[in-house]
Amino acid sequence: MGTAISLDMRAPWVGPEVVDEFFAWLGSVDERFSTYREDSAVSRVRRGEVAVLDCDSDMSEVLLLCEQVRLASSGVFDAWTHSPEGFDPSGLVKGWSIDRGAEILLSGGARNFCINAGGDILAQGEREPGVAWTVGIRNPLEVGGVAKVISVRDMAVATSGAYERGAHITNAVAPGAPGELLSITVVGRGLTLTDAYATAAYAMGDAGTSWAASQPGYGVFAITRPERAVWDGEFDKLIETGAKAGSAGARS
Amino acid sequence: MRASIALFATVVGLIMIFSFKTPDTTRPPTAIAGLPTPAPDSTSPSPTASPSGSESPSPAPGRYRDGQYTGSDISMRFGDVQVRISVKGGRITDIQTPHMPFDRPRSQEISQEAAPLLYHEVLQAQSAQIDSLSGATYTSDAYAQSLQSALDQAHS
Repeated sequence: MGTAISLDMRAPWVGPEVVDEFFAWLGSVDERFSTYREDSAVSRVRRGEVAVLDCDSDMSEVLLLCEQVRLASSGVFDAWTHSPEGFDPSGLVKGWSIDRGAEILLSGGARNFCINAGGDILAQGEREPGVAWTVGIRNPLEVGGVAKVISVRDMAVATSGAYERGAHITNAVAPGAPGELLSITVVGRGLTLTDAYATAAYAMGDAGTSWAASQPGYGVFAITRPERAVWDGEFDKLIETGAKAGSAGARS
Repeated sequence: MRASIALFATVVGLIMIFSFKTPDTTRPPTAIAGLPTPAPDSTSPSPTASPSGSESPSPAPGRYRDGQYTGSDISMRFGDVQVRISVKGGRITDIQTPHMPFDRPRSQEISQEAAPLLYHEVLQAQSAQIDSLSGATYTSDAYAQSLQSALDQAHS
């Protein structure tokens, strides 16, 4: 099982070779960074066959970004301790590969597209002239519910939460407790750090919301049990006016 | 001309499944072709290029054939997911899930959450009100795969 990545592109259109290059790039990331492929560079690093910095420049770039987030999160996000099997940059690679893929689309002439990678989104440009992309944030407490609808341009939206609590998120607080943090959505420029910050903030538990809010240029929207939502001023600033009157819980 | 542009602007989706980030994989990563699929031959016209300036409001060539299509049964960590779509007038009018994982309590919790929402998402994407949803599930990945195989069948 893997991550489904969808691309929704609007005019101006680009040739199929640009879209092919985008998906080929993602394929090459998968080949090199998958922890589930014996022959990937990450697996070779884990087996001690090669040092991270002796791999290609993409690997070095990912390593530096992982270190940046590890330092910013006081070690909560740590590609070296996250998995008992060794080096695991997966929490950063997805967002990074989408940002780099977006550069391919942009240099091929695309301006308006929305990429959804397993619920983490890069919304570039706008849906149609004068209309921003509309992104729904899932409500983990309501069957089929959307907690908040926001409109964004040139923005990444990443959510970590109870509905995706799996092997890739550790340190989460005990489920079921009142006040339990159910999901954290981070909004900001570029999916690399936006996604990594959402992952780190959710792993921090209660402290995660204010930690994410303290990152300059990134906004946070958190849902807790019982149904409550909190968000910061930066979140309001980054989403389009008119979409702010959300149906989510009271502000606190 | 305008009509065909609007049709193409509704949803251009391409989905690719990767092996990173989620464990418990038994199948190799698969690339599955998207809705208007770029031809492997890059000299062919862009998927966005309408073959004609037809003013007909009927679905553009290459959209979906009317009928009912059942997607592959996709195994994922909580059980099997299978999606069935109904197409009328070239558009998806209904989505059913013959198989959703209900074998363990945890699975049930996740399925109940995922199935109605994903249904909502696909229909919403068609009506272009919510472009994308943030916050995904393991189930949603299997859903996407099964949906894609149903769409492939519906693609003329």
